[in-house]
Amino acid sequence: MLTGYPRDNGKWGVRNHVLVLPARAAANRAAELVAQYLPAVVAVAHEWENLPGDPDAGVITRTLAGFGANPNVGAVLLITVDSRDEQLAHELSARGQRVSVVAMSEHGGTVSTAEAARAVASELVMAAAASREPMPISALVVGLECGGSDGWSGITANPALGIASDRLVAEGASTILGEVPELVGAERFLAARAVTPEIGQEIVELINAFEHAVKGLGIDIRGAQPTPGNIAGGLTTIEEKSLGAARKAGTAAISGTLEYAGSPRGTGLYIMDTPGHDIEQMVGFVAGGCQLVAFTTGRGTPTGSPIAPCVKISTNSAVFGNMPGDIDIDAGGIAIGTETLTSVGESIYNALIAAASGVLTCSEVHGHREFAVRRVQ
Amino acid sequence: MASEPGAGGRRRVIAVDPADNVLVALMDLAPGETVEYAQTVVVIVDEILAGHKVALRQIGCGEPVLKYGEVIGLATCSIPRGCHVHVHNVASARLPGPQAG
Repeated sequence: MLTGYPRDNGKWGVRNHVLVLPARAAANRAAELVAQYLPAVVAVAHEWENLPGDPDAGVITRTLAGFGANPNVGAVLLITVDSRDEQLAHELSARGQRVSVVAMSEHGGTVSTAEAARAVASELVMAAAASREPMPISALVVGLECGGSDGWSGITANPALGIASDRLVAEGASTILGEVPELVGAERFLAARAVTPEIGQEIVELINAFEHAVKGLGIDIRGAQPTPGNIAGGLTTIEEKSLGAARKAGTAAISGTLEYAGSPRGTGLYIMDTPGHDIEQMVGFVAGGCQLVAFTTGRGTPTGSPIAPCVKISTNSAVFGNMPGDIDIDAGGIAIGTETLTSVGESIYNALIAAASGVLTCSEVHGHREFAVRRVQ
Repeated sequence: MASEPGAGGRRRVIAVDPADNVLVALMDLAPGETVEYAQTVVVIVDEILAGHKVALRQIGCGEPVLKYGEVIGLATCSIPRGCHVHVHNVASARLPGPQAG
């Protein structure tokens, strides 16, 4: 049975973290000191300096606010530097998150700020304490990610994840596909499934915009797409990689497109404008409201999220065996006939429901808390 | 997906979609081996590593290479049946990849 934590804004968390969020890079160390003192909280660090006139301020504020307001977070302790960071506190409150602010400008430096913040953080931990309750599946939002693709990705793990995604969507949950650079060549396949012709056109435009940006800037992606590792694994072109990557999203109708870190307005399958970079992509999904991420990998990665469980699925049994404790499910048996797409798809679905309901994933057990904010400009 | 069992009963190749003109090797294949798909016997010409593609039919220069029932690139030379299909004889129709240089 799916369980989670009901939130005042109507959303449901699958974890109940207290997040210590530095509004700028200058507050990173104070946030880290709070988390060192209080194991019950989780802190992140990032390199944004919030300089006046930064053209990325909008997207980064949206990312940090969305991440802090993710329903897996029961309360946020925001460490600001000065009044320039107040916008982020307003954004968090506007999204219905419980937020307390400790400003470095009032406490004078990292040590005294961290001391003041510790007391506030421990109050927040107690205020946010909650019990799990039966959770409606319609409240679940799952990110669909892949990293380190190989020739097996599009044959084993990705279509098996697609089966799990289709079942989640059929039951009323939401899933989000990202990684626009790795959808070039798959737009016809995806656009044909849009719920309206307008959304189909949005999908084509999203992918074309990336392709034109690459061509317009004269960026040479030789050696980048497909990567040398992809090519060694048998992938020949970006189209082949994309068509395999798109299999993660199964065959469900596509309800809409989302900007980076944007939240779905309804339920169903969405496509988010994320880069291919594994960590920026996962942060974008979580900032958009995903409480859970399913991550397929051919070459192996231990990546996780500070606040969301990440279920890792290997495309081949060799990488599963080579990374004991890092990968939750092996889809490699599909290629050799010991498993089927249906059987692995069911295993993935069951693992996602179990992880949402409290079972720790490999990335959580080992403390993977990778975090990065995307810069566009 | 469709496949034919090998001598040991284990599948050696699959076509991801019935419209495809390439097969994916599920295990390493050596020159001279034969595999069968949809009544077509393919004599393997090149060494094909597991996860790599082999031509199910002759693919003419400039013709689309089909996998997943979709175009994954264009043949840059004529590719006979049984040959390895990869960056040395296929180019992206969309973005310049490693094979463009």
